[in-house]
Amino acid sequence: MAKAWVFGDNVSTDDIIAGRYLVRRNPKELAKHVMEAVDQKFAAKVRTGDIIVAGRNFGCGSSREHAPMALKAAGVSAIVAGSFARIFFRNAINQGLPVLISKDARDGFKTGDSIKVDISGGKVINLRTGKAYRAEPLPDFLTKILKAGGLLPYLKRLKWKR
Amino acid sequence: MARAAGRKVVSPGEIVEADIDVAMVNDVTGPLTIEALEKIGIKRVWDPSRVVVVLDHQAPPTSIEASQDHALLRKFVAQNRIQNFFDVNEGICHEVLPEHGLALPGELIVGADSHTCTYGAFGCFATGVGSTDMAAVFATGKLWFRVPESMSVKIEGRFRSRVAPKDLILRIIGDVGADGATYRAVEFSGVGMRNVSVGGRMTMCNMGVEMGAKTAIVAADDITNRYLVGRAKWGYKLINSDPGAAYVDERIYDLSKLEPQVAVPHNVDNVRPVREVAGVKVDQAFLGSCTNGRLEDLVEAAKILDGRKIARGVRMLVVPASREVYAEALKETVLQKFIDAGAMVGAPSCAACMGGHIGILGPGEVCISSSNRNFRGRMGSPEAKVYLGSPATVAASALNGEITDPRDV
Repeated sequence: MAKAWVFGDNVSTDDIIAGRYLVRRNPKELAKHVMEAVDQKFAAKVRTGDIIVAGRNFGCGSSREHAPMALKAAGVSAIVAGSFARIFFRNAINQGLPVLISKDARDGFKTGDSIKVDISGGKVINLRTGKAYRAEPLPDFLTKILKAGGLLPYLKRLKWKR
Repeated sequence: MARAAGRKVVSPGEIVEADIDVAMVNDVTGPLTIEALEKIGIKRVWDPSRVVVVLDHQAPPTSIEASQDHALLRKFVAQNRIQNFFDVNEGICHEVLPEHGLALPGELIVGADSHTCTYGAFGCFATGVGSTDMAAVFATGKLWFRVPESMSVKIEGRFRSRVAPKDLILRIIGDVGADGATYRAVEFSGVGMRNVSVGGRMTMCNMGVEMGAKTAIVAADDITNRYLVGRAKWGYKLINSDPGAAYVDERIYDLSKLEPQVAVPHNVDNVRPVREVAGVKVDQAFLGSCTNGRLEDLVEAAKILDGRKIARGVRMLVVPASREVYAEALKETVLQKFIDAGAMVGAPSCAACMGGHIGILGPGEVCISSSNRNFRGRMGSPEAKVYLGSPATVAASALNGEITDPRDV
């Protein structure tokens, strides 16, 4: 069962992956240091499928695509936040990591809660409390990129179709 | 935006595909872009005259991996015959592009670096993107954008002594909030902008992203034109905001009422007057970065340090933003003043700003910095603290060994 990891407002790209690790490009290597500045144990404890639930302005700061790469490689299957910094938002979609905006989900979760996210239906459900939270639906073409697994696989598929 | 999208008019909220005028990568984001191009089987960039590659974050290389990344980028530049390549000796991308006349009024510029919005100081639409988006640009010369709403910040008056554009932009970010301008284009205008130099305008636009802005723009004027004479790579047209333009937010700032500001850890919008936090002991003082590493920044700081010594136990790093700035500072004996005061002067690079190069902080250490981010772990240890201030505040704080209002030294 997917587990929720709850974080506050303004989680920065330096929180997600620090500048000194950016010389590495192997996602698995980056994943070893993901969220290190906020929670030293996160990288070791996060499990495949887990979901981050955060406050406003998630991913603020740098354009480093290493940030969504590291989160995805660590097993994070989606991020639900009050809002996202715009470059991180684009990067996450391009990496095939679902990002959902939900104004009130964060206050309804504690780290460790079982969570279910319905991306196309725009719903975030806390299976412990039974409460559901609305998430803003993504534009169609972004959903298509996510379904393909990111911008590169999406572009490849387009080329193949043509 | 309308011009780049081949349209007469575009409105906020619309998603458009636009032609890119200039596309830049650096040594942190470029290698991922090359990998992405390989994955989609693209061997050539769409236009080698419009691609810029700058090695600045790990310059000169600080590790074997960084050296390898640089080698990879040099090979890519050679294979694609990219005309605008700036190796490790040239300086920070956001200083180098304007110096070489690549950031021009009316252009649409994307850079795989969040501070790409700096170029808005020249009246262009410039925004940061990630490496995969950049691969799409390198392949096609196009990218999709959501047309942003505009937000107006009108500037009046004139700076008082030892108050700088950095203090102004910190105050604005403190008021607007770290996400207050998310997805918006921030437009700086008003008679007061006549009193802000090209360098000061770059400082202001540079930090637009710290309030979430997609881009920050100052309409080009004769001050811009004067800077661009002899530099501009291509012809350009001045663009003004539409008469009767609609703004989602309007603010007014009077420069004559402004006092020195700092952003206290760990958020850029955590802004306070310097005098309120004066007395905080500092271990490091960093003067440099794409925000404040220009000649006028160095001159302002050197004035404060002239003939004096920085406090014992403080390491002060001065890193000019580019080779041009370095050479001019050398000519004007500005660098001599720093060295005499006990500071270290480094070769142009991003240096301490991103915590992967020189000036890395240990646990419990405090740095006063002229750079743009004070996020937890930004400059090294997550237990270190970074305060952001103007070049004058950095110099005054280095002098006293504690955060100091530059008007008090």
